[in-house]
Amino acid sequence: MTRKRRRLYVLLLCGLGIGSAAALTLTAFQDNLVFFRSPSDIAAERPPEGRAFRLGGLVEAGSVERHGAYDGRPAIRFRVTDGQHTVPVVFTGVLPDLFREGQGVVTQGILGTDGVFRAREVLARHDETYMPPEVADALKRAGHWDPAQGAPPPAAEWNTARPRS
Amino acid sequence: MIPELGHFALILALMLALAQSVLPLWGAQARDARLMESGPPLALAQMVAVGAAFAALLWAFVTNDTTVSNVVANSHSAKPMIFKLSGAWGNHEGSMVLWVLVLALCSAAVAGFGRDLPSALRARVLAVLGMISTGFLLFILATSNPFDRVWPPPLDGQGLNPLLQDIGLALHPPLLYLGYVGYAVTFAFAVAALIEGRVDAAWGRWVRPWSLAAWSFLTLGIGLGSWWAYYELGWGGYWFWDPVENASLLPWLAGTALLHSAVVVEKREALKIWTVLLALLAFALSLLGTFLVRSGVLNSVHAFASDPARGVFILVLLGIYIAGAFALFAFRAPAMAPQGVFAPVSREGGIVLNNLLLCSLCAVVLVGTLYPLFLDLLAGRMISVGPPFFNLATLPLALPLAMAMAAGPLLAWKRAALWPVIQRLWWAAALALLAFLLAMFLAGAPVMPALGFAIGLWLIAGAATDILDRSGLGRTGIGNALRRAGGLPRAAWGAAIAHAGVGVTVLGIAGMGMATEKLIALTPGASTEFAGYEWRLEGVRDFQGANYTARRATVTVLRDGRTVQVMEPSKRFFPIGRTTTTETAIRTNGLRDLYAVLGEERDGADGRREAVLRLHYNLLAPFLWIGSLIMALGGGLSLTDRRMRVAAPARRAAAQGAPA
Repeated sequence: MTRKRRRLYVLLLCGLGIGSAAALTLTAFQDNLVFFRSPSDIAAERPPEGRAFRLGGLVEAGSVERHGAYDGRPAIRFRVTDGQHTVPVVFTGVLPDLFREGQGVVTQGILGTDGVFRAREVLARHDETYMPPEVADALKRAGHWDPAQGAPPPAAEWNTARPRS
Repeated sequence: MIPELGHFALILALMLALAQSVLPLWGAQARDARLMESGPPLALAQMVAVGAAFAALLWAFVTNDTTVSNVVANSHSAKPMIFKLSGAWGNHEGSMVLWVLVLALCSAAVAGFGRDLPSALRARVLAVLGMISTGFLLFILATSNPFDRVWPPPLDGQGLNPLLQDIGLALHPPLLYLGYVGYAVTFAFAVAALIEGRVDAAWGRWVRPWSLAAWSFLTLGIGLGSWWAYYELGWGGYWFWDPVENASLLPWLAGTALLHSAVVVEKREALKIWTVLLALLAFALSLLGTFLVRSGVLNSVHAFASDPARGVFILVLLGIYIAGAFALFAFRAPAMAPQGVFAPVSREGGIVLNNLLLCSLCAVVLVGTLYPLFLDLLAGRMISVGPPFFNLATLPLALPLAMAMAAGPLLAWKRAALWPVIQRLWWAAALALLAFLLAMFLAGAPVMPALGFAIGLWLIAGAATDILDRSGLGRTGIGNALRRAGGLPRAAWGAAIAHAGVGVTVLGIAGMGMATEKLIALTPGASTEFAGYEWRLEGVRDFQGANYTARRATVTVLRDGRTVQVMEPSKRFFPIGRTTTTETAIRTNGLRDLYAVLGEERDGADGRREAVLRLHYNLLAPFLWIGSLIMALGGGLSLTDRRMRVAAPARRAAAQGAPA
């Protein structure tokens, strides 16, 4: 086989590899990107039906109910707030150890037609001084924290924080 | 006093690293033998200096020196000694010192064992390693000094994160770093070859053991990390496609490709430019991994404290090293003419296919990992890319990779025929098909796990065929075949064992695809049916541990009225640090794991206290980690091959390379 011919083969193979990888990535992206939404985002624009997304904010103080069942499994209900709007959440599973009222939380699941968010996953995997960037951003947008006034206040105080405006 | 000495040792190491990055390189360019000879002693001296700094850091942790802010933040007098020690590298500053220490050890190894290397090549390799070391020492001294003092010193430290007090996590970072830094050495060899403008079989012979060692450690590190996540986080899974996990997978994928293409350089002097490129890529991805983990730009299970200044610094380092190396590559690569010519169907062709698929996999994982970052920067939208994306995008690439993997080693070099290989593999294919049908129709497995079982067996049977074939079983007597199998090169055994290890891990992944889980609230004395067992909650009691209090559930697992296991999942509360951890109960028999997690206790419908339990039945879960252990063992066995130690070919190269 000539060198030219071989180079052609290699180029063809490379093109095939890169092309298929790109095609795979794009098709997989189409259905599997998970967007982050704050309660205010949901109030402003209803997310598409049946599509999973991430809901983040603070666990509203005093909203956690640890009894009852959902779908035949023991369930936990709580509300997620960004200070302006709240979304009720139902979760069947074992909550992470760092889940606490008044602290930042990110949940992933589907919004039901009744307006209740069915969480499949609850992510509160950080220490008590850590605020997930998405949650910090949502709170910033809701007017709880003005970055011009310095670092965000300690997470433990956010549940009692009121909008500044 | 000791911390200051440690700080001083780090500064000294920086000076030595600077000298190491300039003098030998200058010597190699000016063909000054004395300057070239300065490389090895400088590398050894740098190792001693960094070693002294690391020892000083360990000493501060062991004596719980609370005047050092790093100790205050990450240690506590009540910690057991082993975790005081591992705490020294469990934090950002200490782990960077460990990184540099491993790099210094590798440089010293190149200096010490590289006597047979052409002296110009050795000088250039050491100079590049010195440059990498300089950057990271600057990073430590400028942004993350582990020896900063606090005044007034507090009475005791604050660091007692119970999640991190774990033997798996104590060993995980050193193993990963051995892998990452091993790729720094192959990177240095690649850059040295680019400066020299020559890549030959001797070069391949030198790069291969390093890429093999780095790969084995990285495999072990990833396996250990996955195991830790499985038993410590209590989510029942083993791989979450988390950015930090992906950060270790990316160099592994590129490194696996490098491992294979380096063989082609060594044996056939082909694929040279490509191998150099892979060596650059593997280290680039290792640095990217360090950047992703240390800067905290991506949300992950590993909540490392993030600091933008550090992220920017590592990004600048990444930019300098990678842009520099690739510029050199673009400038020099065309000069390196390939020599070995091969047909598309040949061992080389198989390795090209392996490389293409591994690199495509790497690209897909890279895009999925970085996409959220770019979308946030460019469009301000926050998204996450989760397991569904990665599963969907990687599977179509992993499938042909696994199919071809069993056939590749059976192909002859240079020019091969496909038909004889298929003939030799028919029994493996039959076994795989049988497994697929049995799993589908007898065990009622879904398609994907059934396919996984088939592929796992296909890989193991393919590796066995390779060994049987080489030992000539069927063509000669059994005794003769056994003798020949014993006399096979260890590299052949190592490759077959590593391929079989991949098969074992694939079996584990397939088994985990059939894992089931049940969430249930039980009152004491009540029981539930799950996965063919009866799980009875005996009760939940208080328990007093060494530095924690716990609520501990006792769950009896019965089959046909007989007790199979008693499991005690618990929740621990640590008063110092006020943290709660979930202690998973796992009982394994090697083929399946019973896995129980205790959730919260609450008032049930009838007013009695009930406990929420999450139960998992994880089929073949231990295979996941046994498989990665077998892969690493295969790599280690391959390292002990005679060919890796015999210096004769390298001497020949030295004779040629001396006037260079």
